[in-house]
Amino acid sequence: MNEPAASANSPSPAQAGDAVIEVRDVRYAVGGRAIFDGLHITARRGRITAFMGPSGTGKTTLLRLITGQVYAERGSVQVFGREVATLSSKELFAMRRRMGMLFQNGALLTDLDVYENVAFPLRAHTDLPESLVRQLVLTKLHAVGLRGAARLMPSELSGGMARRVALARAIVMDPDILIYDEPFVGLDPISMGVICRLIKQMNEALGITSIVVSHDVQELATIAHDSFLLSQGRVVASGTPEELHHSAIPEVRQFMEGLADGPVPFHFPASDYRAELLGDAEVSR
Amino acid sequence: MNAATDSLPVMAVRRVGAVSLFFVQILARIGPALTRPGLIVRQIYNAGARSLVIIMLSGMFVGMVLGLLGFDVFQRFGSEDYVGVLAALGNLKVLGPVLTALLFAGRAGTSLTSEIGLMKSTEQLTAMQMMAVDPVRYVVVPRFLGGFIAMPLLAATFTVIALYGAQLIGVQQMGVDAGAYWSQTQNAVDLHDVWEGVVKSLVFGVAVNLVAVYEGYHAEPTPEGVGLATTRTVVISSVLVLLLNYLLTAAFLTTK
Repeated sequence: MNEPAASANSPSPAQAGDAVIEVRDVRYAVGGRAIFDGLHITARRGRITAFMGPSGTGKTTLLRLITGQVYAERGSVQVFGREVATLSSKELFAMRRRMGMLFQNGALLTDLDVYENVAFPLRAHTDLPESLVRQLVLTKLHAVGLRGAARLMPSELSGGMARRVALARAIVMDPDILIYDEPFVGLDPISMGVICRLIKQMNEALGITSIVVSHDVQELATIAHDSFLLSQGRVVASGTPEELHHSAIPEVRQFMEGLADGPVPFHFPASDYRAELLGDAEVSR
Repeated sequence: MNAATDSLPVMAVRRVGAVSLFFVQILARIGPALTRPGLIVRQIYNAGARSLVIIMLSGMFVGMVLGLLGFDVFQRFGSEDYVGVLAALGNLKVLGPVLTALLFAGRAGTSLTSEIGLMKSTEQLTAMQMMAVDPVRYVVVPRFLGGFIAMPLLAATFTVIALYGAQLIGVQQMGVDAGAYWSQTQNAVDLHDVWEGVVKSLVFGVAVNLVAVYEGYHAEPTPEGVGLATTRTVVISSVLVLLLNYLLTAAFLTTK
């Protein structure tokens, strides 16, 4: 497919200018199986862009392509106008310094306390005096509501708290892009609401370009400016969450309404049910 | 290349190549890692100080057994005074470095592998890469250096305690004359023997720590994968220590 099948009523986000991330005609395969083939995606400056899709559609793989952890077989992945695949490791690290990433489980360093986790990027990349490091760390922890937990170890935090600490760590270097990988998974409604609000606040207050990968339609609908729905290695629809809600495309309807069966089948491919039930046990084995 | 269809020798050569490349990566990052000595000191504590009790206990028992064995053998020839020589040479040249390395592989080596493997499975290493921090430099090199520095110190501790244990049995319990015990030991042991023990413990330090950090860093990021990597650390490093011990012993004998 050449362009994402945008919802009919609005211009696709891919058509807009000032793109910070541009993915063009990407093919990426693992063990001969194509995860993406002809993928087109654009994320614009200062907006919250959501990548949605059922489990196993390659949402996290897309993040790995964008951050230069893996490379496409074909096509182009550009971040800040630079082709990621052509960057040297030094340039790649320089690009990553302009990015913050929130991992699914927080990925806090377990041998450091909350304070040191947030201070980690500062210590690694700057020679700031300790007083300034302290100020920055406490400011970021205050922003996520966890200044009082500065001396707790990661093992003492709940899932929601760990993700908030990881968010503080992700913004401590004042990145241009913030990437959230499944930020709502496994959270209670309160924590989910807190994370949702923080994503929105970070985007508005700091002007950060935000990329959110998730399959939580309701939460994304409240914060995302642009959405891309991925299915079977391609973008099946793009637009605002509202537009996706009103889409007539079967894949979109199945995902947005949470239908068990549809273009994405409920049953894993198998032989005929009746024949297998009534057939010889040896044959079915 | 499909690893599943490769023959055992091909797999072995590939693995040796991968470990060697990883070792080169570590060596290339030792300079930058030295700029943060605090990380290395913490790992010396983790690998060294935390292994001290097991090393001292083992050293004491090994020394005491050597005392018993030596006394039993030498009294048949009326040469009980040589108990100290057996204990000193046995510990300095072989038992000290070898047993320390084996115990280290079981205690600190497994700890290193599982710690790094768990960091990988919980995406901590990926998070570092995303923060533009090289995990080999920040995680692997300090642990490798900490273990490498701790190994000869632990081997020296093991040897000293074992000598004391042998003396305790030979002199205090079996009644060998203390003067004869120590003078025979002093006459028999020269600097070459001490040097052999030091070189062995340094070589074993590289081998055990390299295997431990390699297995952890390349572990499958699953609970089963980390468990398998930990097992491989013990098996590979133990066999490697015994093999290297034979080669080094032969080499030192020919150069004496």
